[in-house]
Amino acid sequence: MSSLVSIVLQNTDDARAIIDAVMTDNPEAVASRYPAMVKIDSPGELVMNKASIADRLGRDFELQEIHLCLVNISGNIDEDDDRIVLRWNS
Amino acid sequence: MNVAANHTRPRKLNLKERYNHLTRGLDWDFSYQPKEKVFPFSDYEGIKIHDWDAFEDPFRLTMDAYWKFQAEKERKLYAVIDSFSQNNGQVNLSDARYVNALKLFITGISPLEYAAHRGYAHVGRHFPGVGPRIACQMQSIDELRHAQTQIHTISHFNKFFDGMHDPWHMYDRVWYLSVPKSFFDDAMSAGPFEFLTAISFSFEYVLTSLLFVPFMSGAAFNGDMATVTFGFSAQSDESRHMTLGLEIIKFMLEQDEANVPIVQKWIDKWFWRGFRLLSIVAMMTDYILPKKVMSWRESWEMYFEQAGGALFRDLSRYGITLPKYHEMATAGKDHISHQTWATFYQYTHAAAFHTWTPSDAEKAWFTEKYPDSFAQYYGPRFDHWEKQQASGDRFSNDGLPMICQVCTIPAIFTEVEDPTRISLRSCEHNGEKYHFCSDGCRDIFLDEPEKYVQAMLPVSQIFQGQCGGAGLSEVLDWYHLNQGADNCDHLESRDAAMWEQWHRSGKDPA
Repeated sequence: MSSLVSIVLQNTDDARAIIDAVMTDNPEAVASRYPAMVKIDSPGELVMNKASIADRLGRDFELQEIHLCLVNISGNIDEDDDRIVLRWNS
Repeated sequence: MNVAANHTRPRKLNLKERYNHLTRGLDWDFSYQPKEKVFPFSDYEGIKIHDWDAFEDPFRLTMDAYWKFQAEKERKLYAVIDSFSQNNGQVNLSDARYVNALKLFITGISPLEYAAHRGYAHVGRHFPGVGPRIACQMQSIDELRHAQTQIHTISHFNKFFDGMHDPWHMYDRVWYLSVPKSFFDDAMSAGPFEFLTAISFSFEYVLTSLLFVPFMSGAAFNGDMATVTFGFSAQSDESRHMTLGLEIIKFMLEQDEANVPIVQKWIDKWFWRGFRLLSIVAMMTDYILPKKVMSWRESWEMYFEQAGGALFRDLSRYGITLPKYHEMATAGKDHISHQTWATFYQYTHAAAFHTWTPSDAEKAWFTEKYPDSFAQYYGPRFDHWEKQQASGDRFSNDGLPMICQVCTIPAIFTEVEDPTRISLRSCEHNGEKYHFCSDGCRDIFLDEPEKYVQAMLPVSQIFQGQCGGAGLSEVLDWYHLNQGADNCDHLESRDAAMWEQWHRSGKDPA
């Protein structure tokens, strides 16, 4: 069984676009909604693409803007200019 | 003027290049002093580091980006705080009982944020490597921000509700606040590598999600927009802190095989200390939130068993295993919130927040969420106390409890195999007998007895006459507890009377 990686985002206007992009780009991901926040779990790996998020926001998006709505993560992070990847190595 | 420039603008640096310039190119070597004098704490813990440049913050945050995003977080938060107070947001909470969670927060948690600020400033000075030093310095500033934003947010509630008037004084003196204080003082008086294992890894990565995620979501569900906003504003930094915690652990493990047993011992110790500290969060989640989102048991399953399980599977390739006694902590998920609330109910006269017995609807919820424990062990106890209270004979415990030498919590927790038997352990050291709540706490003592014989145990201090006098009332005065207002039952409190006025007689809260 591969471990789940997770990300929790606030229910903000920008985060809606991020959540939508993440759910489209990671077909195995599952989103659970709670008051004020959304938790997304995905087996083994989760990718956040700058281009998909910018596309939905209708403006340029710096990936580090994610810090404004990030609540929690579970997994090893790797970030460059175009994408953030969250993964377990096991 | 019209001549085209004959040079092209240099290419903008990418994220990795910017981070590398910050953490590789700006440091310098010392010519007047040897390195061990500049960094006197870096070796004594036995952690061997061969290449500090191997440490990398995976978010690769540089100072310009840090200031930009932190400023934006502050602007958003303070707009919410203003709006909340202008609109008398406290009137729209689910119930006045909720505010007791904020009383615990400002007296027991916000001082930890400030302690973390100091701790990270210290280790951010003392690591020989630039990457960890910068990450720790950013975190030190974050933690100061958390303490400040919590004070600012909660100061609005302090205008109306009791128990929040002197949190820093209380943190240093009140009996149950010795639990968070001793936890952080223990970490801050350790070496820099143990401090990061304690706070960045065991606390931030493994355990604080249990406080900030389900509890803050609960605050949202209970109408507290201001607290949700400072909570999530802090938590947005916390994701970066968690990442530092995971990276520093991997860094130590990758640098030298000899580091593995040292790190494992610290993980075992700080998991257990953190688990004990969280018993107060378990109680806040289950008992103090009037509208429930998720039980403590469910939170534990989601954030420790599932997320922690994945984390420790990932770390197993270094030879790291799940923390010692994790099974006991998991068995505790059915019990600790009920046992802790029952303790505060009995000692409500000595606490700076109010208590109550759960309503019938809450009891039904507990029975559903805790099928293996509530109806059997805890429901009947609350029923009994409720009957006593109805007949004018409210039970309160006048004895002073035995306190664990390590976690400083009264011995209130039970044996895993028998939830009706209190768990007690002891040992002898230099002819003195010391008492503990668990094997986990006794192990911690036995590894560093000279540290823990110095623990400030509130009950012993009271008996030694160090806490303002011999009587309860003198001790409570010494705590700066406003007697008759801050303590005792919610139902008879000024908080409850004021709430009633706002909602029944339409009295203007201003």
